[in-house]
Amino acid sequence: MISLWDSIAALASDPNLRWITLGCMLLGLSSGMIGCFAYLRRQSLMGDTIAHTALPGICVAFLLTGVKSLPVFMLGAVAAGILGTLAIRVITARSRIKADAAMGIVLSSFFGIGIVLLTMIQHSGDGSQSGLDKFLFGQAAAMVASDVSLMGGVSLVLAVVCALLFKEFKLLAFDPAFAKGAGFSVSLLDFLMQALVVTAVVAGIQAVGVVLVAALLITPAVSARFWTERLGRMVVLSGIFGMASGLLGAWISSQAHQLPTGPVSVLAAAAVFLVSVLFGSKRGLLTVRLTRRRARLNLQQASASSVKEAG
Amino acid sequence: MTEAKHFRLDGLINAAADGLKSSMKNGVRPSVLEVNGLSTAYRSQTVLRDVSFAAPEGELIAIVGPNGAGKSTLIKTVLGLTPSLEGSVTAFGRPISQVRTRIGYVPQRESVDWDFPTHALDVVMMGRYGRLGWFRRPGRKEKAIAMECLAGVGMEAFAERQISQLSGGQQQRVFLARALAQDADLYFMDEPFAGVDAATEKAIVELLRRLRSEGKTVIVVHHDLATVPDYFDSVLLLNVSVQAFGPTAEVFTEANLQRTYGGRMAFAAAAAGAARGAEL
Amino acid sequence: MSSMDFWILLTGSLAAVSCAILGCFLILRRMALMGDAISHSVLPGIVVAYMISGSRDSIYMLIAAAIMGLLCVLFIQWFNNRGIQSDASIGVVFTSLFAIGVVLVSMNARQVDLDLDCVLYGEIAYTAWNTLQIGGVDLGPRSVWLLGGTLLLVLAVIGLFYKQFKLCAFDPMLAAALGIPAALFHYLLMGLVSVATVSSFESVGAILVVGLLVIPPSTAYLLTDRLGVMIGLSAASGVAATLLGYLIAIWLDASIAGCIVAAAALLFAAAFLLSPKHGLLAAKLRHSRLSRSAA
Repeated sequence: MISLWDSIAALASDPNLRWITLGCMLLGLSSGMIGCFAYLRRQSLMGDTIAHTALPGICVAFLLTGVKSLPVFMLGAVAAGILGTLAIRVITARSRIKADAAMGIVLSSFFGIGIVLLTMIQHSGDGSQSGLDKFLFGQAAAMVASDVSLMGGVSLVLAVVCALLFKEFKLLAFDPAFAKGAGFSVSLLDFLMQALVVTAVVAGIQAVGVVLVAALLITPAVSARFWTERLGRMVVLSGIFGMASGLLGAWISSQAHQLPTGPVSVLAAAAVFLVSVLFGSKRGLLTVRLTRRRARLNLQQASASSVKEAG
Repeated sequence: MTEAKHFRLDGLINAAADGLKSSMKNGVRPSVLEVNGLSTAYRSQTVLRDVSFAAPEGELIAIVGPNGAGKSTLIKTVLGLTPSLEGSVTAFGRPISQVRTRIGYVPQRESVDWDFPTHALDVVMMGRYGRLGWFRRPGRKEKAIAMECLAGVGMEAFAERQISQLSGGQQQRVFLARALAQDADLYFMDEPFAGVDAATEKAIVELLRRLRSEGKTVIVVHHDLATVPDYFDSVLLLNVSVQAFGPTAEVFTEANLQRTYGGRMAFAAAAAGAARGAEL
Repeated sequence: MSSMDFWILLTGSLAAVSCAILGCFLILRRMALMGDAISHSVLPGIVVAYMISGSRDSIYMLIAAAIMGLLCVLFIQWFNNRGIQSDASIGVVFTSLFAIGVVLVSMNARQVDLDLDCVLYGEIAYTAWNTLQIGGVDLGPRSVWLLGGTLLLVLAVIGLFYKQFKLCAFDPMLAAALGIPAALFHYLLMGLVSVATVSSFESVGAILVVGLLVIPPSTAYLLTDRLGVMIGLSAASGVAATLLGYLIAIWLDASIAGCIVAAAALLFAAAFLLSPKHGLLAAKLRHSRLSRSAA
């Protein structure tokens, strides 16, 4: 018990830890909110794809500038991510390749090219390149204050934009044809949405890593779906789940020094997901069982009463 | 274990007894399909409630009802493709799973990916897969049968055509040819007339009549009330539960249609017109 | 060509053909990213096997990885059956399993000397040195035996049940109505994908497996309207990407696996632009001919 209070006190008093915790929570909030729209547009794996496209972007940014700094890497990654989403759109619109295959193609070919660039940089013998790929595996604990404030700031902006454009994004996710009819520029909205997803993914890569950053978008959103049938509540809930995962991740990893923040946050989100699947008030396993039982009982009552009427 | 056996035995005895009863009720024709107290639900919504009917052999039967009445669900549940809450289904006096080779199924056209890399003849040959069993591959004989079935719907010229390059009506005819290739005794067709051209509609009607003349039973989910009296011998009016079932001349009445379609005035008006047409 | 070149190319080609065949069914069933999910989910299995056996190339590692792959498929299917969209359940399951793997690695950092990079990128260049020896006789690289066995298994199962796999991919409703156990063939296909993924990634890396499962089949999908031809073309383009990629890797002095994926992407881009039936250029030409004839 004492250690628990100690750790909470430490969390509150250690400024570095406090920043990292706040950064992870903001990241979870914005990813969770944006992830809802990706989920409803059936683009859950877009985050995974974009995370992988970041590698060549980072490599090119390094090759062009020769510096290792987070803002430069993020710019390169965002550019590559947008290029990747455009490639997916061109492939699905101009051929009979379906969205899932297009994502697989873009994901693996961008990452493959990224590895080629990475090995070329490494083989060129430039000493400063070491750690370029460490960016990809996610080491929140190794982030310096400026990295954390950049991540937190970007996340905050994303959450605000997402809240401001809630109505438009809702329309886009539910009925793009109607949105077009109602006078919205669907292609602009779509581009904005994709840009938000790309930025959220890129902001999260350094903290969580390429493979796991997709979970920040998907897992809270899917979990929230089990608790509500309303988009507004789903977005809020998903943001809260994301924030809680970030908090738990930062806190648990501050307790055990070997534990990396990112993967622990993802596991916290997975735990929330499991609870939601089992006990979610709208679509959880327990609820579904109960409604099915009730439906069966209602049927039996109805048929019993109709027999009575007939008799 | 014994309980389960008991239950199955009971079911068989009941089914046999029911079959006997309904064949007596229908006079000469024995029924090929017995549906007893079938109910299903989606979440808390009841989709089908206590559906019972016995389909007489050698007839063309329409399932008619408003959107959301559970028409497609009824077919899928009868075939065991979606789970039921309660009720039993037997065909030819046995559980569906034992008589699958005698049953043909034409799903809705939207249910498959027409970009799939295959041609019309190959799709029709898929109808033979059930009869081929586990390891045998389709050979020359299957190809000949498939070609014959394509000719039966007037599509032999399109045998080698990639399926995405067929019109909607042609795709529907390929699906019908595939059902023919199944060489079944009882057919289920889900909205075969939906969105087809006049030529295809005519081809389908001819096909249905040919199947009837061969003594086969066809159950069709149908949406065009005006053509019901023309095309079908019996009609099942469905809206979650069975509103009426019997020979079209007796059952397809204004009162029954009003009941089935409820407050939906446009439908009811059209239906009434169709019913009057039938009476004339 | 040295014997090392030969073994690398053979390893790459065997992996490419297995993946290219299975990938055709994956993309037709719209589950292209299943390979991505499986190849990442095996991590906890590998870590646990490594902790138990203490070596990197034990048979335990292969078995544990295969079990994790199948578990991943089962979880995805289970969530999918409970109303979660399939791509979302893929995303939730593989990230969770991978996170468990990463946590296991970092908790046992001292005992586990597992290079994550190696799991992800693979080291096809070292294939030739890791040979299989039985009774003191050198039987050639281990990975060639492993991948050769995998390819034989894939060919046998797909060959035997070709019509079932085809019908389940095209019209699962009809398959069920005909009494074909669609679920069984789903798991059989996923089991094969697991085996191919697990046996490939050690030598060629996860990312190459994902690429080979998706890119060559997509290339073939743009070139033909017959499933049989598509499978053949897919395998051929997988092998072609291996050869071309290896040449590029030597030329650039870069990662072999990365270059093979990039070469596969190049072949896809060529098909996307130039395919006589479904290419961008052909569509443009048809369009301009139409508008000319209209004018």
